[in-house]
Amino acid sequence: MPEQAETEAGARERILDRLRAARAAEAGHAPPPAGHAPPPPAGHAPPPGGHAPPAPVDTAVLAAKTWPPAERLARLRRCMEAVKAEFLEATAAGWPAAVRDFLRAGGARTLMAGAGSPLAGPLAAAGADGAAPALVLYDRPVEELKASLFSTIDAGITTCLGGIAETGGLILCPSPGEPRLLSLVPPIHLVLLDPARIWDTLWQAVRELGWSKAIPANALVISGPSKTADIEQTLAYGVHGPKRLIVVLVPGGAG
Amino acid sequence: MAAEPVPGSGPLDFHASAAAALADPQIRANFRRAMDGLMAKRAALFADPAEWQALRALGAAIRAHALDHLPELLVRLEERCRANGIQVHWAESTGDANAAVLAILRAHGATRVVKGKSMVSEEMHLNDYLAEHGVESLESDLGEYVVQLDHETPSHIIMPAIHKNGRQIARLFGEKIRGAQYTEDVDALTAMARRVLRQKFEEADAGMSGVNVAVAETGTLVLVENEGNGRMSTHVPPLHIALMGIEKVVERLADVPPLLALLCRSATGQTITTYTNLISGPRGAGELDGPHEVHLVILDNGRSRIFADPELRATLRCIRCGACMNHCPVYTRIGGHAYQAVYPGPIGKILIPQTEGLKTRRELPQASSLCGACAEVCPVAIPITELLLRLRREAAHPEPGSPVLQAGEARAPWEERAWAAWRRVFASPRLYRLASRLATRCRWLPPPRLGPLAAWTRVRSAPRPARRSLHELARRRGVPDA
Repeated sequence: MPEQAETEAGARERILDRLRAARAAEAGHAPPPAGHAPPPPAGHAPPPGGHAPPAPVDTAVLAAKTWPPAERLARLRRCMEAVKAEFLEATAAGWPAAVRDFLRAGGARTLMAGAGSPLAGPLAAAGADGAAPALVLYDRPVEELKASLFSTIDAGITTCLGGIAETGGLILCPSPGEPRLLSLVPPIHLVLLDPARIWDTLWQAVRELGWSKAIPANALVISGPSKTADIEQTLAYGVHGPKRLIVVLVPGGAG
Repeated sequence: MAAEPVPGSGPLDFHASAAAALADPQIRANFRRAMDGLMAKRAALFADPAEWQALRALGAAIRAHALDHLPELLVRLEERCRANGIQVHWAESTGDANAAVLAILRAHGATRVVKGKSMVSEEMHLNDYLAEHGVESLESDLGEYVVQLDHETPSHIIMPAIHKNGRQIARLFGEKIRGAQYTEDVDALTAMARRVLRQKFEEADAGMSGVNVAVAETGTLVLVENEGNGRMSTHVPPLHIALMGIEKVVERLADVPPLLALLCRSATGQTITTYTNLISGPRGAGELDGPHEVHLVILDNGRSRIFADPELRATLRCIRCGACMNHCPVYTRIGGHAYQAVYPGPIGKILIPQTEGLKTRRELPQASSLCGACAEVCPVAIPITELLLRLRREAAHPEPGSPVLQAGEARAPWEERAWAAWRRVFASPRLYRLASRLATRCRWLPPPRLGPLAAWTRVRSAPRPARRSLHELARRRGVPDA
């Protein structure tokens, strides 16, 4: 649509010109004519494009939020249980069996894991006896398995990068090995969390993960099962996303 | 319930719609209950005043800094988004934005769209526009779904269906959802919506969403939500279109956590929402899901005019938390629809007159007791009271070169003549004595009920002059110079 593209390019120039002109006028200079960009007079130059100086902000209120490592898990757990997340304690060797037992007890028939996930192998080994739940792998583009994903998968399982102590919450980073919809479409979502990997705050986490330099196409924080209060402010769970969120605590991680 | 005036349909008459809302006990009860709950939940999370002040100062500084560098940050955002594979579109007006969205949908042959919540799309009246062009655009946030099902508009920017109680929603679902059994059970009603919408998510050709914060340094669109419908709309369909106003950008990723902390606590009294989504690109190499294309539409719609005035620019700091309306004594009593505007409550009273003009919207800045509760709870410290007063002044006595749309539209010649006469009387001792003598001697006359004076005395008791003026009483007691 070349016409559409032209309209949009014109809109871009006019919007940016208006913003620049407003700021130039404020600095005591006449606004530059539309469509031209003469170098602004020295001394009042706006910061060069794309490199505004950092905001002079006091982040002490964020940095002050720290907890001793031993308290972080308790705090995360308290915050997340308050919004109906459930916790399952397991070990590095025993988590696949613990997860399968938990799901079987709840009547789940199918469990989906990413084909490239480090969880797929241990789960397959633990399920070699053929008992429920059956392990299904997310191994092809969503277009080919959307129907079954929406109708026949009872649970999805993923890893996470770690947790957040201040507010509760798990940081997930979907990847080719662990697709985005695994943590969204199945009614039950299980996440493995190593209790040693809990940051104090989201602010600390995004800085330590180095995402300001290179950020994944999709990353997210999940703090509980899907919920809404849109009807009379009455809390109801499981409106669109998972109805249950199960945090599987595995000291040392999945290995 | 009385039919609500819908923005864009029917004449704008704030006095009439406010009076109608005040007379509706259902509206009064529904809002009172909801606002009391929201205020209590917010207050519990900002219990430490020192922390609140520090966090708020940080939030205000981040937003002010972003606005100070707005053109550079928008260019950088565009650059980073393009590098990430997100296609960027610019629109000056809501009409242009609608056309941009339709062009993208047509290029993909998309006719079934699921939407996450977006106030910018409400500004655009996007659903109506798409319906006229043969595209089904379905709201998937539960509150927005309720409102759309009843052909209404949101009455609150965070809780769109807050004007309805459970029984009203139960009746609506019973009538409009095929195969639905009437129930007032909230879990059952939620399950009904889940059943309908899950199928829509699965079948949709495209998904749309708003943007809570856009990060210039990484080209990231941040979306917060509790239901999962935002993730469904942005990750299940093969195409995702995000809509944002030009003011939504911040410079750094590290700016996001404090803003979200303020937003979530102020909006719904939560420290964090269920989902915090960082979207920085479409489906990547090797990925098995996610949209093949992500488009970002950046809308101006009058914001660059607001930006032109250094004082009014603070309006653009807004992060759309809704705390100002939750704490507003006017909003709590009349509800959101009475404002006949996309943004109701205090933020609407300063934003709408600037985008739509003071000619049709001059009543909005007047619809305030100036109690200042809104400014006190604003998480980015927008001086709402000062801006209300500024717009009141602009309506009658515009500053030279005022950037405000239709400034001076409320100027009334009779009023100026009346004040000129008042000035003459008070500047002349002789006239002043004569006037006070006249007023005290004729105090038995009923207050005039003519024109503007009638409007004044309709809601206020008219002052009655004393028997004798203070000057006369003082003279009688022998006070010198009286």
